[in-house]
Amino acid sequence: MTEEKPSEEIKIDIFKSKYVPISRILSEDEKKALLEKYNISSVQLPKISHSDAVVRALKGKGGDVIEFVRKAKTAGLSKYYRIVVGGSA
Amino acid sequence: MEFPKSVEDQLKALKEDMKLNKQQYENLLKLAEKQYAKARVVPGEAVGVIAAQSLGEPGTQLTMRTKWLAGAREMTVTQGLPRLIEIFDAKREPTTPAMEIYLKSSHATSESKAEEIALSIVDVKLEDITSEINVDLAKMRVEVYLDKNKVKHYGVTEKYVQNMVKENFKTAKITTGDMMIGIRPKEEEVDLRKLYGFRVKVKETHITGIEGIKQVLPVKVGDVWMIKTAGSNLREVLAMKEVDIENTKTNDVFETFSVLGIEAARTVIVEEALDVLRNQGIEVDPRHLMLLADAMTNTGSIRGIGRYGISGAKSSVLARASFEVPLRHLFNAAMYGESDEISSVIENVMINQPIPVGTGIVKLKIESEAMGKKKTEEAKEEKAEKKEKKEKKD
Repeated sequence: MTEEKPSEEIKIDIFKSKYVPISRILSEDEKKALLEKYNISSVQLPKISHSDAVVRALKGKGGDVIEFVRKAKTAGLSKYYRIVVGGSA
Repeated sequence: MEFPKSVEDQLKALKEDMKLNKQQYENLLKLAEKQYAKARVVPGEAVGVIAAQSLGEPGTQLTMRTKWLAGAREMTVTQGLPRLIEIFDAKREPTTPAMEIYLKSSHATSESKAEEIALSIVDVKLEDITSEINVDLAKMRVEVYLDKNKVKHYGVTEKYVQNMVKENFKTAKITTGDMMIGIRPKEEEVDLRKLYGFRVKVKETHITGIEGIKQVLPVKVGDVWMIKTAGSNLREVLAMKEVDIENTKTNDVFETFSVLGIEAARTVIVEEALDVLRNQGIEVDPRHLMLLADAMTNTGSIRGIGRYGISGAKSSVLARASFEVPLRHLFNAAMYGESDEISSVIENVMINQPIPVGTGIVKLKIESEAMGKKKTEEAKEEKAEKKEKKEKKD
């Protein structure tokens, strides 16, 4: 759908916010292991836009898989993965 | 087996409390494992339908329980069903945007400091600090009379206001007097009707504060002072050095998305929806809302639920047609030559076939080679048996 325009950059450390989970970019090997574990192809992963604030902060590019460690309400911690879409691969 | 962190923590706490030895703890783990496996959702469970029911039932009660907070020193925020619809339909802007701004510990302890910050962020327009704004027909200009007390209240100076006005109306001719600013639009623009229109523009000149923050209210929560606002501007508020980024939030999902990203937006969707339900005295398992929020944010942007959101993006023509406006979907599908895999639930219900839910999700795949072998083996055995029988008969 429509994408938010990246407005004039005011530097905010977004990872300080409790609403932004701890996130990191998976290495190629980890990405492979992840897809194998769930027996899926990369298109089946949930997506995240390359212009997303977190992706920009991590300097991710198209095709990267980002791991989020969510502070879940019921499970304590839970991991979630999103693949970066758009931008140059 | 791996437990989620919350279960793990509980088990460890239990170990401490009951002073279990190693053997006992291992037994406990085994029991927990069994119980945990039982409690897990089985593959193929129709979790979406369960979530829909779990939210739908309490939703019917929301409308009836609208409460009014007349006269309370609180911000009025949209509540109940209207707010829930707003969240799930992914409305661009909430009807009542609001923020909860937490302050760094150096500012959170005293009321005066919180008040000071509150005043510095509230969006002040020119009309907020004037006693009157007139249209002078003789001189064909708008005259602004500043109110000394109000100017002082917001911590600005006359000079500052003059400069802000000058910056905003670069082409206009500005004359300044004692607590008065005269603004005359450039020659060609001046006629009576335009002058009145100009007056409205002058009234809304942004002077100080953060744009969008309409009201502020410092409140004490526990030991700390925080600021509740009507109106929202997350990006600029977070950029302030006195603000505690960790806890500060807005109820505007799209704003959270653009500033903090999709994951933060998901969390806000869950929390906002839970808040609405809890305020009405309804407890819903957060997992239903998490499922919903995950579905809404699956593509990396926020999609509402309904024709223009999730339901409109289904890949199956028949599934879309069965939701709303069937004819349009069928016509369009025919026009573009779409095909339907009949792989999901609704399509299979339509054509009276087992749906891919529960046991229906399992597909048996038999290796033909193995089948062949078995057949020949069985056949051989049968033949052998028959032979035996024959021999016996004979």
